[in-house]
Amino acid sequence: MPLLQAKQVTHYFGGLCAVSDFNLDLAAGELIGIIGPNGAGKTTIFNLITGVYRATRGSISMNGVELVGKTPNQITQLGIARTFQNIRLFKELSVLDNVRIANYSRLNYTPLEAMLHVGRYRSEEKRVAEKALDLLSVFRLDGWAEERAANLPYGSQRRLEIVRALATGPQLLLLDEPAAGMNPNEIMQLMDFIHWIRDQFKLTIILIEHQMRLVMGICERIKVLDFGATIAEGLPEEIRNNPKVLEAYLGEGGEE
Amino acid sequence: MPTQKPPQSNAQTPRQEGKWEQWRQRWDRIASNRRILPVLLAAGFVLSILIPRFNLVNPYIQLILMYVGINIILCTSLNLINGYMGEFSVGHAGFMAVGAYVSAVLTTMFIPTALNPWLFPLIVVVAGLATGLVGLVVAIPSFKTRGDYLAIVTLAFNMIVKSVIENIEAIGGPRGIPGIEKLTTLPWTFFWTVLAIWVIRNFVYSNFGRGVLSIREDEIASDLMSVNTRQAKLLAFTISSFFAGIAGALFAHLLQFISPRVFDIIKSTDVLIMVYLGGIGSITGSILGATIFTVLLEVLRPLGVWRMVLMPLVLVLLMLFRPRGIMGLREFRWLIPHYQLLAAHLWRKKKEATDAPAAS
Repeated sequence: MPLLQAKQVTHYFGGLCAVSDFNLDLAAGELIGIIGPNGAGKTTIFNLITGVYRATRGSISMNGVELVGKTPNQITQLGIARTFQNIRLFKELSVLDNVRIANYSRLNYTPLEAMLHVGRYRSEEKRVAEKALDLLSVFRLDGWAEERAANLPYGSQRRLEIVRALATGPQLLLLDEPAAGMNPNEIMQLMDFIHWIRDQFKLTIILIEHQMRLVMGICERIKVLDFGATIAEGLPEEIRNNPKVLEAYLGEGGEE
Repeated sequence: MPTQKPPQSNAQTPRQEGKWEQWRQRWDRIASNRRILPVLLAAGFVLSILIPRFNLVNPYIQLILMYVGINIILCTSLNLINGYMGEFSVGHAGFMAVGAYVSAVLTTMFIPTALNPWLFPLIVVVAGLATGLVGLVVAIPSFKTRGDYLAIVTLAFNMIVKSVIENIEAIGGPRGIPGIEKLTTLPWTFFWTVLAIWVIRNFVYSNFGRGVLSIREDEIASDLMSVNTRQAKLLAFTISSFFAGIAGALFAHLLQFISPRVFDIIKSTDVLIMVYLGGIGSITGSILGATIFTVLLEVLRPLGVWRMVLMPLVLVLLMLFRPRGIMGLREFRWLIPHYQLLAAHLWRKKKEATDAPAAS
């Protein structure tokens, strides 16, 4: 059974078709890329998978559980985590709190215990703080634990966003343009980094990206979108030479 | 939460700076010594018993002290919504009215006068619970909206409460309920104030509180990070209205007369001013804001109508120069649970201990 399966997912914004008949079969452990020009509907697909938007038509299932109609937090609890195109950290909160919040659904105490600070409150808080700090230390962010997230340098903020996503305990990680604003050198590092987290946390990854270098470099399979429709799918080499893809990216009659 | 940092020195000459530095160090020492806190609390409680018993200060000041307590409860509870959750609720007086009326109806109509002083704590709790329930009922539909829309819903709620009370003859209609027994005493006010601060602080520094904070920062991201935003919002709103109800009950039994007019928009605005004066997202700010507002209002009483000009002016200046309020998003160290401060420290010690053998 595939880990994630999307069947004929279609989404309209008013009369505009943002995504049409999107199909995906994702096996556990795969690393695939979704590319396409601006406005092709890439981020919309992430929003549909994670429940931010509700698909107009079609079905998405994770391990056989239907996702359409579930709220984002329920979907996250099923094991899907994501990062954002433009960093969306909880800026005024500490780095530690950013990671602890991702454990929201896995803390076992009631509101009453929280309000009176009795019962499981202390042991659970201790557990989540240690867990969060352990995870932060893996990414060498533990030194910043008490710092406001907004004060971190750009690269660390991007890293923290991935850490926060990992803290939800995902099987599937959706990375939305992780290389945005990075130079070629940093992109090389990012490629290693993505491989490393995949092996370390046994993840399946879907990557949205503009940077061809990154996508071609690490993705095992690539889907190309244009105006919401899937125009090509296959191995990186196949995509590189696909005339339809070149047309979408460079325009008709574009030179190679 | 960021801990309180000492204020920046504005001193011009080095001599002054040295003096300032000295004071700062002294203050830091006091602020970092948490053992003073229980002593202060105990002293405060004893004082709150002694003051009315021996009339240590005149009754007028005692009255103001009780208003300060009630306003702190109101301000802290509203800060949970407007500061910590970042929503804009403007109908806090509506919830206060529910608590005030529930308790006043109980003490004047149902419970024998002789029993009132004994049952008062219970009555306050019942008023709080009733208000919490009303809060929950209001929250379920209103949190389908956000921002300005939520403000309008809560504004409407305040008006609805006022008109409903005005139209029920059994509870006095527009004339209100006179002759309520004075059951709110200084010790009880102190107790409820401390309890409210403690419970709301505990809530804020818990998993649910962090959820509420993350909603303020970015609701969609928060939902995507597995926070059940709906649950967190309802919880915060219910707790907030619970304490508004308690404040209402204390208020009714202090003023000894309540009418719908007492709980109009102006009263809600007062609480809003306290919240934004003291600082959003800060318990310290709530305490400061409520105290300063209440005391200032009394101090400026001789000015008559002019104080209604001066207070908003203070607010305008504050918004210009300190838009987040006096203590916006900052907290005095004593008000942060100790083990929250310790968590990272303990973890580092443990890590050093495990790393050390590996290195050697």
